[in-house]
Amino acid sequence: MTTTTATTPRGLLPLPERTARLTTAAGALATTATTGLSWTWSSDFPGDLTYYGSPAGLQIVTLTGGLLTLLLAASALGLRGLTWLTPAGRHAPTLLAALATFAATWFTLGAIAVQLGGLVNLEPGGFAAGAAALLTLLGALALPPDQPPTDPPGNPWQRFTALLTASPLRPRGRPLPTWAEILTIAAAFAAGLIAFTYGIDTDDGAPFVGYLLFIALAVPALHRAGLIARLTELTHRHRGIALTAAFLAAASFPLTQDTDQYTIIGANILIFATVALGLNVVVGLAGLLDLGYVAFLGVGAYAAALVSGSPESALGLHFPFWAALLTGAAASLVFGVLIGAPTLRLRGDYLAIVTLGFGEIFRIAMLNLNGTTGPDVTNGAMGIPNIPNLEILGFNFGETHDILGIPIATYGNYYLLMILVTALVVLVFRRAAASRIGRAWIAIREDETAAVAMGINSFRLRLLAFALGAALAGLAGTVHAHVVTTATPEQFQFAGPQPPNSAFLLAAVILGGMGTLSGPLVGAALLFLIPAKLDFLQDYQLLLFGIALVLLMRFRPEGLIPDRRKQLEFHETGQLDVPDQRLPDPAATTGVTKAKA
Amino acid sequence: MTTPPTLAPATDNAPTDNDPVLRADGVTMRFGGLTAVRGVDLTVHPREIVGLIGPNGAGKTTFFNCLTGLYIPTEGTVSYKGTVLPPKPHLVTKAGIARTFQNIRLFANMTVLENVLVGRHTRTKEGLWSALLRSPGFKKAERTSEERATELLEFIGLAHKRDHLARNLPYGEQRKLEIARALASEPGLLLLDEPTAGMNPQETRATEELVLAIRDKGIAVLVIEHDMRFIFNLCDRVAVLVQGEKLVEGTSDTVQADERVVAAYLGEPFEGAPGEAEAAEVAAAEAAADTAADAPSTPGTTKGEAP
Repeated sequence: MTTTTATTPRGLLPLPERTARLTTAAGALATTATTGLSWTWSSDFPGDLTYYGSPAGLQIVTLTGGLLTLLLAASALGLRGLTWLTPAGRHAPTLLAALATFAATWFTLGAIAVQLGGLVNLEPGGFAAGAAALLTLLGALALPPDQPPTDPPGNPWQRFTALLTASPLRPRGRPLPTWAEILTIAAAFAAGLIAFTYGIDTDDGAPFVGYLLFIALAVPALHRAGLIARLTELTHRHRGIALTAAFLAAASFPLTQDTDQYTIIGANILIFATVALGLNVVVGLAGLLDLGYVAFLGVGAYAAALVSGSPESALGLHFPFWAALLTGAAASLVFGVLIGAPTLRLRGDYLAIVTLGFGEIFRIAMLNLNGTTGPDVTNGAMGIPNIPNLEILGFNFGETHDILGIPIATYGNYYLLMILVTALVVLVFRRAAASRIGRAWIAIREDETAAVAMGINSFRLRLLAFALGAALAGLAGTVHAHVVTTATPEQFQFAGPQPPNSAFLLAAVILGGMGTLSGPLVGAALLFLIPAKLDFLQDYQLLLFGIALVLLMRFRPEGLIPDRRKQLEFHETGQLDVPDQRLPDPAATTGVTKAKA
Repeated sequence: MTTPPTLAPATDNAPTDNDPVLRADGVTMRFGGLTAVRGVDLTVHPREIVGLIGPNGAGKTTFFNCLTGLYIPTEGTVSYKGTVLPPKPHLVTKAGIARTFQNIRLFANMTVLENVLVGRHTRTKEGLWSALLRSPGFKKAERTSEERATELLEFIGLAHKRDHLARNLPYGEQRKLEIARALASEPGLLLLDEPTAGMNPQETRATEELVLAIRDKGIAVLVIEHDMRFIFNLCDRVAVLVQGEKLVEGTSDTVQADERVVAAYLGEPFEGAPGEAEAAEVAAAEAAADTAADAPSTPGTTKGEAP
């Protein structure tokens, strides 16, 4: 391969720029078209890709990818009316989209060949799709980089990464009218809902992996294009509307489901996410490392189970829902204060050890309160089963109700209830964070001595954070008990393959982004969905999960959705001084190590 | 005018004669066998700038920490406007004493404005419930805090950088921000621990003016500093701390003229000084050496030699 000169930056392949663009666009168009063909003759492959004229299963992923690449390539070509799609980079997003399409398409073809036993199972349509996706990728690889490299990169890998470099956001030409901005927000959340729903609805195994591959590359494409930064701008300008839109989009998820098969995943994700958000108050805002947080979910769940009217409950009480909710939150709050009061004078590691111990003590205590080794309260390992469905003002959660003509069954009902609880926790988190109390928490996290010298009663505020976090987990625990219908000690472990455990909760917060609102929600959704959908990996799940976490912490230590503070902390460069300036992409600056204060 | 370390100082140069803002009575701080501060008395009157100087390791910062409740003095009391201070730092700040730190301790990952707002913590009452319910009182308090913080930022000349992260400010501005943060707690007395350390002459000059401006707001200032020109330009009264004891206290001229101060800084043994034998030994050993080279090394050798 010839060396590129610094004056005319070239892509990885030696093609003229115009040819490269046209090839990309043509390839993307062809890829889109081939999704209408049959890819395989047999309907054995999940999703049934045998039909002509109607894309199905993973073909939809390829179709989306093809359209996305086409739009981005057209925008890069400067087509009138489409340039708004790439307010930052032009070629990097096109390349990433082409890469995403290519990965999803070839993965699908490979999976068909492997699962059905040989390439012979592919129809010509499949080969055509593969060729078109490859052509798109080759065209995109020939596009010159958006940012002229400062020094001519040497080996092909360096030149490849140079192609993916992010560009700063260009200033907006003329501002959109307000209604258009709001419409854009609504459309973005609708698109998010569709993508999420598709992911939840995909079959386990190969189709989900293909979906995941695509998302993992397509989201960076949107990011490089500057669309995500633009959307963030809009949501910041219309905070209330954006929150309402997100809430509505989330609430309409059960309406897209025919059966309860996937709504239960939705309900569990919401429980998990809510608890993660509660943990974010403790870890993200106040900086207290809590390794036994799931115990507070457990306290809430057991408290709710005891007053739920379950025939196995030792108390035999049956509280109305609001009272059960308060009982769960109050029980967790009491435990939070009991654990926090003696231990929160400790700093850092010591607190982590104590909370880790508390988590285990809780689980073992629940096991032992079984009537033989202790008083009979919790039924030991059997737990408290047969927790009846909730009934609020005559609305029984166990029955199917019609909303807008669409039947919503048990888990749909719980999902909608959980949405309300999540919204409440989101509200609490936002308002607490943006207040005198929230600032004091962050100050304690930053420098406790200085915070104390500024008049902050550090012990009291840490206890407040700990108790608030516990109460929020207790709230979620109350609903959790009714969704799972059983409260057993084994649900509330430190670590395990099933998501609601302390290790996963902490991982969700750190993976998503500490101290942010949406970070733990996204992190929790991913951490719940991926293990639930990749069942076939079985024993390797935790291993892969660990590797993924290590890689993420290496390359994006601030989490998927970084706090502005954290991003500055981990990827500091000289010009980050100006707050309004768009931050350079972390991938480009990972070499810059965090400067210790 | 000089006063022996054991007696209460005379109230010279006090512009008004009401209660002293700060009165430290016989403050002693021992760490195990080491006595870092020994029976120090100090008063600061309203609208007064008092300097605290002394060689390295003389116990100046330890004394500061005793005043602000970070250390609980082994003996002696500290009172603010006539009431004895509780030995808890946050309560001391609440009572009206604010401080800065020798090595800057800003909340590095908070914005400039947020740093100052944290300083307002003790002067606002809004708890978690009012934050969650966003009561009108909460909004009003937030607005007032923000206005007050903006005023302070204008006062120190950082208003244009209110949304920058504190860590990204240049050194001199970080020092200023620390002062603004301390002022946000509406103190009656401001303790500055080496406010000009690491600054160039222009910045030192600016800090001097800032301290005078703070005094003009009616806030008394107690300042630790090594920069003698800064101290003698600024302070109404200067106290010299040597090996944990107050050696001299008085006006700039008195202190500058005092032989013992010169001796303490240049390292010559003085009468009745603790650790005299060691100091004499060192002085003898280094008699041949240049006096200029002696100056920085000798305080170090006598440091911490108190029995």
